[in-house]
Amino acid sequence: MRNVRGVIGGGVAIIVTGIFFLIPFAFILLTAAKDKTESALLEFSWPKNFVLFENLQAAFVARDYLMIIAFFNSLVLTVVSVAALVIFSAMVAYIWQRRGGRSAGFVNAAVLLGLIVPPAIVPTVFVLQKLGLFKTMPGLIFIEIAYGLPFCILLFRAFLAGIPRELDEAALVDGAGPMSIFFRVILPVMKSVIVTVTILQTVFIYNDFQNPLYFLPGSGAPTIQTTLMGFQSQFLTQYHLLFATILLVTLPPLIMFIFFNRKIVEGMAAGSVKG
Amino acid sequence: MTNFTRRPLIAAVAATALTLPASGCAAGSLGTSEDGQGGAGKVSIHFLVDSGENTTASAKAMVAAFTAVNPDVSITIESRPGGSDGDNIVKTRLATGDMPEVFHYNNGSLLQALKPEQTLTPLDDLPGAAQFDRDFVRSTQGRDGKLYGGPWGTAYGGGIFYNVPLYSKLALQIPKTWDEFMANNEKIKASGVAPLAQTYGESWTAQLPVLADYHNLKTAVPDFGEQYTAGRAKFATTPAALAGFQHIQELRDKGYFMKGFASAKLNDGLKAVATGIAAHYPQIGETASGLKDVAPDHVDDVGFFALPGPDAATNGLTVWPGNGMYIPKTAEGDKLEAAKRFVAFSATQPGCDAYSQGSPPQGPFLTPECQLPAKVSQVAKDTQAYFRAGTTTPALEFESPVKGPALEQICIQVGTGQVDATKGAELYDQDVKKQANQLGLPGWQ
Amino acid sequence: MTHTAPLTNQAGTARTRPPRAGRSRRRTGPYPLYFLLVPAVIYGVFFALPTLLSFYYSFTRWDLFTATWIGVDNYRAFFGEQALVTGLRNTLVFGVLTSGAKVVLGFLLALMLTSKIIARGYLRSVIFFPVLVSTIGVGLTFTILMNPERGLINQALGTIGVAGPGWLTDPALALISVALVDIWKGVGLATVIFIAGLVSIPTEYYEAAALDGASKFQIVRNVMLPLCRPATASVITLSLIGGLRSFDLIWAMTKGGPGFASDVIASVIYKQYQAGFYGLSTAGSVVLFLLVTIIMVPLTWWLNRGEDN
Repeated sequence: MRNVRGVIGGGVAIIVTGIFFLIPFAFILLTAAKDKTESALLEFSWPKNFVLFENLQAAFVARDYLMIIAFFNSLVLTVVSVAALVIFSAMVAYIWQRRGGRSAGFVNAAVLLGLIVPPAIVPTVFVLQKLGLFKTMPGLIFIEIAYGLPFCILLFRAFLAGIPRELDEAALVDGAGPMSIFFRVILPVMKSVIVTVTILQTVFIYNDFQNPLYFLPGSGAPTIQTTLMGFQSQFLTQYHLLFATILLVTLPPLIMFIFFNRKIVEGMAAGSVKG
Repeated sequence: MTNFTRRPLIAAVAATALTLPASGCAAGSLGTSEDGQGGAGKVSIHFLVDSGENTTASAKAMVAAFTAVNPDVSITIESRPGGSDGDNIVKTRLATGDMPEVFHYNNGSLLQALKPEQTLTPLDDLPGAAQFDRDFVRSTQGRDGKLYGGPWGTAYGGGIFYNVPLYSKLALQIPKTWDEFMANNEKIKASGVAPLAQTYGESWTAQLPVLADYHNLKTAVPDFGEQYTAGRAKFATTPAALAGFQHIQELRDKGYFMKGFASAKLNDGLKAVATGIAAHYPQIGETASGLKDVAPDHVDDVGFFALPGPDAATNGLTVWPGNGMYIPKTAEGDKLEAAKRFVAFSATQPGCDAYSQGSPPQGPFLTPECQLPAKVSQVAKDTQAYFRAGTTTPALEFESPVKGPALEQICIQVGTGQVDATKGAELYDQDVKKQANQLGLPGWQ
Repeated sequence: MTHTAPLTNQAGTARTRPPRAGRSRRRTGPYPLYFLLVPAVIYGVFFALPTLLSFYYSFTRWDLFTATWIGVDNYRAFFGEQALVTGLRNTLVFGVLTSGAKVVLGFLLALMLTSKIIARGYLRSVIFFPVLVSTIGVGLTFTILMNPERGLINQALGTIGVAGPGWLTDPALALISVALVDIWKGVGLATVIFIAGLVSIPTEYYEAAALDGASKFQIVRNVMLPLCRPATASVITLSLIGGLRSFDLIWAMTKGGPGFASDVIASVIYKQYQAGFYGLSTAGSVVLFLLVTIIMVPLTWWLNRGEDN
């Protein structure tokens, strides 16, 4: 009996989720594979003229290879910000969790504020401008680090609470300095939470639109999200190219998801509950 | 375990964070070869234009024509988005000293918002500047009376596109008063065609009924521009100014808007009026350049008339005296000299011809140096007629530095019935006040 | 706790003297404060400093070069202008609606996905995947799917005889439609958080409840709901903070329109910034800051207190 109900329930769920969750993605794929005239009809149908690869190529070539530049910039932004975030927030969490006392109180307050307070945009533009970092990739990277720190620190701290202090003390007895204790002893045992933080932040920063919009405006050094938004006005009557671009932007997360499905889902759930 | 401390590691991390990302890629650093140093002594400058199809095509043609006769200069075109995103980019690039040597931008109130006296190079010594169109010069001057831009393209009108075949089929006359216009709309609706295209999917297009009514407003209140700038005249309390908002409400209340207006874009509107899906479309004449792309077989089916006012005797057209090409103060030396030559070139016949290649002209050029091509669009001919008759008035944004940024959203609110015309005008007065305060104008506290 | 070395000379010793022998290292302690230095500077300069500056500049008329003190004029403008008040109300509606729906739907989906049905892994993946996808891409896609005349949604409704509404073009509906898309995109995260919460409930509780003869509904109500309270708290906190600050999706779908019907504070801030009203935009940031704080601080406290009881 149980099993029958499971099959029926599952079957219904498969159909319902199919309608709500798969059709939008199928629509992206189908429209990206149509020619200009057919895509303008916005129909959900199999392309009469299957030109997916031509469209993808056209999307890449558009506006002097803007997509390639944008992919490269997003890659640099994501990799550097995430790497810095992992190391910095692990260090802060380590000191916070291990030391206690007054400094821990400061960190605690800063982390809570950082989680809740929405950033003040124009003053940030102002500060970046004074530092000569406005509209520069380093400026945007610092912003992503500053905004991402509190959440990552919390994740690391929760994990560190489960790592026995004896581990550091043993290394200390061996004559290791703080740097080497941290990098050689602590970091390696935090591998799983590092993976979680890396995945979460990669998704956040790759998909971030608002911060590049504010702090890296213009076509100087576009990221993939601002480029996509720009193509919307560029490709007003060219839905096939717009959707080819959306497809390209969606591919990296899809590939990541196919390979790290379990890890991502578990990491997100764990990260959120602890956070 | 002597080398257990790894101080260099943190240094390396910090260094990575600081230096690596400096390699952020700039658009144009890939796939463009124009920027190359083509030979000894060659000056290379950049030209920033908006990314509209016609602007880009005109800019490319003009650069090609200019560099053909000025082989010592090479020009790289940079593009920016249009609309308020673009405004912001122009503002911040100027403010941060990062503006290319030449850029194309609006004149009038948008130019005033750039504070040209502080940020741009005066161009009074441009060859032929004395003969530039008077309205163009007036709207391209700073508050110090100096000319800050050279002409880009043609002047154009703001009024109503109409479908010519439909007008002849229904035997309609070009309306000279608002009542005649509404009578036409009634007949058009009865014939089963939508009287009016509106395209709220591209919000800037919604403000034309207010902006293009300025000729009528100025006829009724000749000193409105001054009084409004001084904070004494308001849209909500000046009947002739309120009329623009009332027109939107009236057209909406009568159900004259075409189907799908709420999500339609500019191109949909152009296509609708060209193919006779809609009879009218309030627009600026310049957009007719796009007809060749969206309705290539119907380009000459679109005519143009001024937004009709209360009195046929004072019928006339609200006009936009072109756009400008500007040189920021940061351009110096050889680059400044090359930039000036390029701007001057745009006001010569070869420059105007190059412009026309990219964007079919929709009105007269801004300098007597330039003649229109032999064959021009119907919209251009209709626009020319008003210029010849001398019944033109520059839009309010060329008489006053004050233009509220939210006019388009407010017009949409009126057009979708969220607020009525009076409320809309009041909202706009509030919006305008913010702009006036930001500019520090007297009389608005 | 054991190592409470004096705070004062920590950084100093560490920087000037390379720790050679055990003794000097012991004085620095294994947890030196200089570990905090770089992140503290980044956080301070790029987040804390602008936040502090915002309080001052929100009282000025500002063009990034000169700031003129104008008192509370910006705030008066913010609360005096109907468009901005709409933004405030919409922010609340959007935040409450999306986080409420994510809690309810997420919990129900989690119940379903922890029960004995087939294809659980597949279903979980399908529901979760939108979480990873670009908000802009989702927004642009749904804008087209929601086109009133030609969009897939209304065409599908048309085939079953329902005249679909103007999802994004009807002022009364635009904000709700964007909220629906936000729920679509975010419910997967809520679901996996609830799944994690549900599977961590020890089976003894179910067994005890079953012994007492509790019905399925009673088990959900009296065992599952209270015991996955931490998960509920996470979902509420995460989605409410996200919802109140929401910008990307609204900007991609309606840009706050039609008119101002779907403007939220974050989009108002951006529009004022675009218009060059930097002081007013900053006042918007402060309003958003106060709003989020006023809601989130007591709520977080209440959710956590409940956990202790």
